[in-house]
Amino acid sequence: MILIQVLYLIASVLFIIGIKMMNKTKEARSGNLVSSVGMLIAIIATLLQINIVSITEILACMAIGSAIGLYYAYKVEMTKIPEMVSLFNGFGGIASVAVAASDFWLKTNVNMVQMGIIITISIILSVFIGAITFTGSMVAFLKLNGKITGNPITFKGQHLINLILLLVFIGASVFAVANQLDTSIIIVLTAISLLLGVLTVLPIGGADMPVVISLLNSYSGMAACATGFILNNNVLIVAGSLVGASGIILTQIMCKAMNRSLINVLLGGFGQTITKVEADGPEIIVKEVGVEEAAMLFDGASSVIVVPGYGMAVAQAQHVVRELYELCEKRNIEFKFAIHPVAGRMPGHMNVLLAEANIPYDKLIEMEQINDEFSNTDLVFVVGANDVVNPAAQTNPKSPIYGMPILNASKARTVIVSKRSMGKGYAGVENELFGYPNCLMLFGDAKQTIAKLVMELKEL
Amino acid sequence: MNIESLIILLYVLVLASYLGFELIAKVPPTLHTPLMSGSNAISGITIVGALLACNELGYTTLSKWLGMLALVLAVINVVGGYAVTDRMLKMFKKK
Repeated sequence: MILIQVLYLIASVLFIIGIKMMNKTKEARSGNLVSSVGMLIAIIATLLQINIVSITEILACMAIGSAIGLYYAYKVEMTKIPEMVSLFNGFGGIASVAVAASDFWLKTNVNMVQMGIIITISIILSVFIGAITFTGSMVAFLKLNGKITGNPITFKGQHLINLILLLVFIGASVFAVANQLDTSIIIVLTAISLLLGVLTVLPIGGADMPVVISLLNSYSGMAACATGFILNNNVLIVAGSLVGASGIILTQIMCKAMNRSLINVLLGGFGQTITKVEADGPEIIVKEVGVEEAAMLFDGASSVIVVPGYGMAVAQAQHVVRELYELCEKRNIEFKFAIHPVAGRMPGHMNVLLAEANIPYDKLIEMEQINDEFSNTDLVFVVGANDVVNPAAQTNPKSPIYGMPILNASKARTVIVSKRSMGKGYAGVENELFGYPNCLMLFGDAKQTIAKLVMELKEL
Repeated sequence: MNIESLIILLYVLVLASYLGFELIAKVPPTLHTPLMSGSNAISGITIVGALLACNELGYTTLSKWLGMLALVLAVINVVGGYAVTDRMLKMFKKK
């Protein structure tokens, strides 16, 4: 039917326009709406092809899915967005596997038709990418919410096992293409892919999650693409490739911000072997500061830059940071936020948290724009960030983070670091900044200490 | 599927990917999280495949059950993804 094809075309155009509108903060919300209208049109176009007798259970499934999706979307805390994105991403992946398997079963066991090579390859790809997306996202989800350790999980022969699994997968696929894809092969292929998803994400540590989530996001798009090839449907390919491209770009940005290659991130185990070497270095002697003194430093400053990190999210400190920001604004202290691209657990994580706390987005400055300003700044306040302000990245060629672009926090006149304890950052290295003469440590839970700081500052 | 329609699909794939790269490279870092959850919702386009897979008469075939499973999951992905993106973008305010 021509109408259906036209509707699919309109949906594709709306996805493209919607993504384009994401380029501007002002238009982004409307862009999301445009894209969702595109989705609605695609759904309507598909429903037009559905036999009326199936409509009851379809609507029931959609009602269940919508209820779960809406409930979770409105309940989730902003600090937990990375987990939620991983979870939904995984659902998208397994949905692609289920669609591919469904189509396979229909063709081979119900309609008894011969599948061509193109369809066979498309089904295999859809199962492969979709299943890896699913289990990979689930492991990422469990790591992010702490159900399994955020540290890299490594064991001997890990990469060899992955390689063997991959080779078995390729072998079985080639066999299936040359002969006939049957049920037992597709079960084996699915099982291997599911296992590969688990094994490839397990060795990757928590702070590398921005890369993993971006990559899995890209996979879910590619899985949708592969499904598009099975169904000979353009709208799946357009939407899928937009998502695939988006994920790849974000992956690249994240890798660049850590000065690491994608392969290096994916091989995992970062920060484990290096720790021992670094421990031999000279011990860093830090100076502690109390809340009262810190408040006085804020009072005396005319410009402040806050460097937020994942620790701020963990402590849920974004709202007390907002109070601090309002107080300083009232006193005409220039107040900005410096956002490192990999701060947090997913791209843009800090921006969402600070937006939630009602901090205007024009106060959040990207690394390249703000890095020259540190030297003219009275006070830098580091909240739950570590590796992204470690000067070792510029000064110590032996450091595992050497070469990673960092925020030049150490250049400011005074640096206060809010930190729970003297624990090391994700990379497992001592932070040289903490030993600098201009650096003061404000120990304790970020939320509580900053709340006290705000109280003190109010009295000054 | 014949080779001609495959070629057309490949054209679509290449052009849409290129367009995706061009469009997304311009998204400011502030919006990276909403971009990701929004594009995550778009990847729920598999819903189209899921709906078609549900279109089998009777409950007896495995195809239909798989289709229904896919449908529920894809709907969670789509509805939840768009809703949470909207919730996030609503919070982005200029001073």
